[in-house]
Amino acid sequence: MDLFKNLEGFKMDVLKEVGNIGAGNAATALSQLLDKPIDMAVPKVQILPFEQIAEKVGGPEQIVLAIFFRVEGEAPGNLFFVLTPEAGKGLLRRLAGIEASEEEFFTEMEQSALAEIGNILAGSYLSSLADFTGLSMSPTVPGLAMDMAGAILNYGLLQFGQMGDDALLIDTTFLEGTEVVEGQFFLIPDPESFDKIFKSLGVPLQDD
Amino acid sequence: MIEEQNVVKVGMADLNVVKTSGIIRTTGLGSCVGLTLYDKNVQLAGMAHVMLPSSDIAREGQLNIAKYADTALPALLQKMQDMGAVRSRLIAKMAGGAQMFTFSSGGDHMRIGPRNVEACKLFLKEYNIPLIAEDTGANYGRTIEMNCVTGMLSIRSVQMGKKEI
Repeated sequence: MDLFKNLEGFKMDVLKEVGNIGAGNAATALSQLLDKPIDMAVPKVQILPFEQIAEKVGGPEQIVLAIFFRVEGEAPGNLFFVLTPEAGKGLLRRLAGIEASEEEFFTEMEQSALAEIGNILAGSYLSSLADFTGLSMSPTVPGLAMDMAGAILNYGLLQFGQMGDDALLIDTTFLEGTEVVEGQFFLIPDPESFDKIFKSLGVPLQDD
Repeated sequence: MIEEQNVVKVGMADLNVVKTSGIIRTTGLGSCVGLTLYDKNVQLAGMAHVMLPSSDIAREGQLNIAKYADTALPALLQKMQDMGAVRSRLIAKMAGGAQMFTFSSGGDHMRIGPRNVEACKLFLKEYNIPLIAEDTGANYGRTIEMNCVTGMLSIRSVQMGKKEI
């Protein structure tokens, strides 16, 4: 695919660093909120066929809780914070003192609290990226859904849908210790945002 | 392209058919639409996982015809006719086209689910294929499968459980 043909190793490393900085700050924010250490796996930058993206969180039918933000500004994109429903209940318990009901679904109050937590994390993710790149980036009001991973994540691929059948995503996993996954951030920059990100960071663009 | 097994999987922006015996399935439909065509006489079921309403907006070099409503329907129709389906016998069912997230503001692409549904209906009408059942819209994801013997489309969702149309 044309869009990705110039993304050689060095540029992929730059994008990895973008994920590192954004998610690193979000992890710090989460760690402060929870008052416990949150670790972060090394970010992965991958160009994946649409089909395989839901596999990152356990397959298209895996039920996940996702908080979605459209990123607006000079480098638009889509940002997801994805976690298991259990991790969502854990967050509510520790942060908001809400003893989540045993039921499978979240009440409106719980959803609102989760969206706000997502908002704080996305805010720190994007503001650190904006500082790093000098590009304006701000999240929209959060949207929250608990549903099949495929149905949710496909929503972030529409901008790529017009260009081809692959998308580039920057994936960072939050861990408590080395095992318990607390959540995953997916940043899917719009296709036209890549050049802007590279340019702002002084990466030479090759137009051949 | 037809696999000799009982379950034929249709991926995202993909289309396929199943004949005589077996099930055709696509998983995790959000704003995408699962469009199915069925010819009872030859027990042939076809399914397309449509992602976007129109190929006019395509900026890709090699067009993936299964991705867009306006190109997926004729392609599926052709494939089924090649396998013995007769257009006048075909009936359509569809599911999906949800709006997974709601925003007070937001551009047109936020409404992509409803627009996919509208586009599919428009092209079905253009090809004179009756839409006999649908389970579209709302805000939840769906997994659908069609049995090519009965033509029943069963729809599974997290919130609503299972239903058949």
